[in-house]
Amino acid sequence: MAKSKPTRLTNSIRALRFARGEMTQAQLAERIGVTRQTVIAIEQGRYSPSLEMAFQIAHVFKVPLDEVFQYPDGEGDT
Amino acid sequence: MSYEEKGTWVYLVTSAVAYAVYVAIVLGQALRMPVAHVSYVPVLLWTAGASIVASTVLRTLVETAAPSDSRRGDVRDKEISRFGEHASRWFVVAGAAAGLAMAMARWDYFWIANVIYLGFVLWAVAGSAVKLAAYRRGM
Repeated sequence: MAKSKPTRLTNSIRALRFARGEMTQAQLAERIGVTRQTVIAIEQGRYSPSLEMAFQIAHVFKVPLDEVFQYPDGEGDT
Repeated sequence: MSYEEKGTWVYLVTSAVAYAVYVAIVLGQALRMPVAHVSYVPVLLWTAGASIVASTVLRTLVETAAPSDSRRGDVRDKEISRFGEHASRWFVVAGAAAGLAMAMARWDYFWIANVIYLGFVLWAVAGSAVKLAAYRRGM
């Protein structure tokens, strides 16, 4: 049985990195001031970044936030 | 593996080993004499001190063998640390409450000290285990 991830948040960081001249995880980590392991955890959906960090990542790729992070429709609606 | 995660592994191992050594020595004495006569204080202090020294040495050795990209923690390390401390705090509370109850019931110092010490060890071990699970699986 597949192990459920701790967050429903998905992201396109890996694709964006490759679209930006194959930026490495270490380079992205340095740009946003975290460790490479944190970038790996975000990419793999094991860690939800703060809103501020999410914006920092979006700024690095020069795209809107929702091009980097996605949340499934209908989840969390009240 | 990040610098902080390696440090958590080292802390888990040294805490568990130090307590195992302490229990083995004290239990060896307790089998030969009444617990009121067991000289547990120097053993406790020495094993606790040795675990601090071993932790420092082991962390240096681990970093020498497998250097980390950076020795600075980040926001995720801090969140995981807080999560682990929060999740395991009940062991300290339980140890202190048990120690208080035992003191009021006039138990021997040996048992009071050891139940409090056990609370600290469980807090360290459980906290480290929770942190490592958070590093591997997420929070």
